[in-house]
Amino acid sequence: MKRYVIVGGTSTIAEHCVRLWLAEKGIDLTLVARDRERANSVAADLKVRSPDSLIKVIEGDFLAPKSAEKIVQEIYQDGAVDCVLIAHGSLPDQYSCASNLTSTAEELWINGISPALFAEAFATKMSEFQKGQLGIISSVAGDRGRKSNYIYGAAKGLLTRYTQGLQHRFAGTRIVVTLIKPGPTQTPMTAHIKDSSNMANVETVAKGIVTGMAQNRTQIYVPGKWAQIMMVIRHLPSFIFNRMDI
Amino acid sequence: MKVGSWGRLNYEDHAFVPVSRDHAPERKETHKKTLPYGMGRSYGDVCLNPLGDLSFTRSLDRFIKFNPHTGELVCEAGVLLRDIQLTFSKKGWILPVTPGSQYVTIGGAIANDIHGKNHHTAGCFSRHLNWLEIERTDGQLITCSATKNIAWFAATCGGLGLTGVVKKLSITLKPVCSNWLDTETIVFSNLDEFIRLSTASEANWEYTVAWIDCGVSKKKRGIFMRANHSLEAGEVTPRDRKIKMPFVPPVSMVNRISVAAFNYLYFCSQKLKIGIKKNHYQTFFYPLDNITHWNRMYGPHGFYQYQLVVPSDAGRPAIDAVLNEISASGQGSFLSVLKTFGNKASAGLLSFPMEGITLALDFPNNGSETLQLFRRLDAIVREARGRLYPAKDARMPASLFADGYPQLEEFLAYRDPGISSGLSQRLMGW
Repeated sequence: MKRYVIVGGTSTIAEHCVRLWLAEKGIDLTLVARDRERANSVAADLKVRSPDSLIKVIEGDFLAPKSAEKIVQEIYQDGAVDCVLIAHGSLPDQYSCASNLTSTAEELWINGISPALFAEAFATKMSEFQKGQLGIISSVAGDRGRKSNYIYGAAKGLLTRYTQGLQHRFAGTRIVVTLIKPGPTQTPMTAHIKDSSNMANVETVAKGIVTGMAQNRTQIYVPGKWAQIMMVIRHLPSFIFNRMDI
Repeated sequence: MKVGSWGRLNYEDHAFVPVSRDHAPERKETHKKTLPYGMGRSYGDVCLNPLGDLSFTRSLDRFIKFNPHTGELVCEAGVLLRDIQLTFSKKGWILPVTPGSQYVTIGGAIANDIHGKNHHTAGCFSRHLNWLEIERTDGQLITCSATKNIAWFAATCGGLGLTGVVKKLSITLKPVCSNWLDTETIVFSNLDEFIRLSTASEANWEYTVAWIDCGVSKKKRGIFMRANHSLEAGEVTPRDRKIKMPFVPPVSMVNRISVAAFNYLYFCSQKLKIGIKKNHYQTFFYPLDNITHWNRMYGPHGFYQYQLVVPSDAGRPAIDAVLNEISASGQGSFLSVLKTFGNKASAGLLSFPMEGITLALDFPNNGSETLQLFRRLDAIVREARGRLYPAKDARMPASLFADGYPQLEEFLAYRDPGISSGLSQRLMGW
């Protein structure tokens, strides 16, 4: 049975990816989550979809630096992992961040440092076992900072750079690292945003990720149009970019 | 954000509020009224709430548990029928009742107490529910079933979402030997023949449905289809291939000429299929799901769906009169579906089906011309003591609604005062 680990086990995007992974045949899955009860509800759903799958929930404190290492150790006690998806995050309100630096620090941690620490812990194990695929969910927001969400963007930018470094490190090995950059997606994380009509459907995003990872791609923009949009955004000279209200 | 329904008649601003899995706090009275909203596949204004909010239930899309011995499925209300069919058909279970599209939420199926081609054998959707949990806007949670809190159950099944948000439910799926159906296609040349075929098929065929040529011609010919689940699988599972109607044409593609041509071609193509054939359940139940956004064909003004049911005794002449009225008006319909409903009672106070004949028709929105035709059809329905299906309706007069649904008064005691819909504003005054 193929072994999968999701870090951020209650992430809606990750949940939909797993639904696709276990649709055909049973998998061995570990969900790492901040809240066991919520993750259990995800696990119950997946178990109904795929009774043959083995599903385990591990609760972890994502804010404690040592936690990632401990959790990854525990997971690897059962043997090597084939595929890891690091999916946790939260979308902060930029304006409340400006007035509360404690929550700013927390958001930077949860969206940037914590996923990087988990990735690093998995990378160490993967290089030990000389196998594995690591998918890291960053965001288009990490491609260029903009006034309406640069705290989130900065954390995702960190993750993007980190992932690029990891890809460099594992070039030429059997370890595949995939950088995933979803555009705005309809999930509970974005539920507070008033106009969600232009956001991508989470099923479409999950399908893009699963297909891209199956092809061992190094970078996936989902939906695909974001590759072109961000190419333009990244290259806009700042005297134009800074006049834009985005 | 502008939201419209499947009929694309109008788009109005609504705020979307996702329904949380957690217990919701009481909605303060200052809040605008809300309405549970799933996929927005209802045709008229039953899924819209002008000047109000929409509580988006698709976020509740998890299965909770499944018993492989009894077929009991417990799930959240935003689960799509498609997901149930895809997940459980592999294990030998399918939905006991399904409408013509699987892109609807199970909550929506309950709110409209939907029916399928097997109404004469299985009744409405609500007959297969074991229990429901609804959340009222005052924060109260109510669990109800056919044996517990019966009145709440009766009000909520077919209750058009007006009694609260269904959050969880239990339904018993139906065991099947394969995902295929043995289907027989028969041509009929008039209504009497249809009724004879339909009556004769009720005992031995689980599914029956007919398409009737509702073009401008006087002929009432049509295609009758009946089916039973196959014991063995067919050869090639159809691929999930979708055609998309990519844009809204500037004028309706459905007009007098195209309807006549389509109906003629459809009739001829179906005639080639006469006899017995094996069909995959996807092809048999959901032929239109393969054309994404088919509703765009009707152009920028959208279209109306008119679905009526008339009791058996008055059925034959009433359907005849409706068809004559339509052909006299020159406003033909593409997808005219004719079916007899059986005597299986519905649980819901406002459930649509009754023993008799139902006819579903769609018409491009040609403004007053179309509305005038509907007024003439209304008169026939009223005369025959029939009623119209709220899930499809965007314009019926309140008096026809009240006459057609005698238990409306009883229902009103269970409405949630924090909920309204376009339809409730129009037909119930709030």
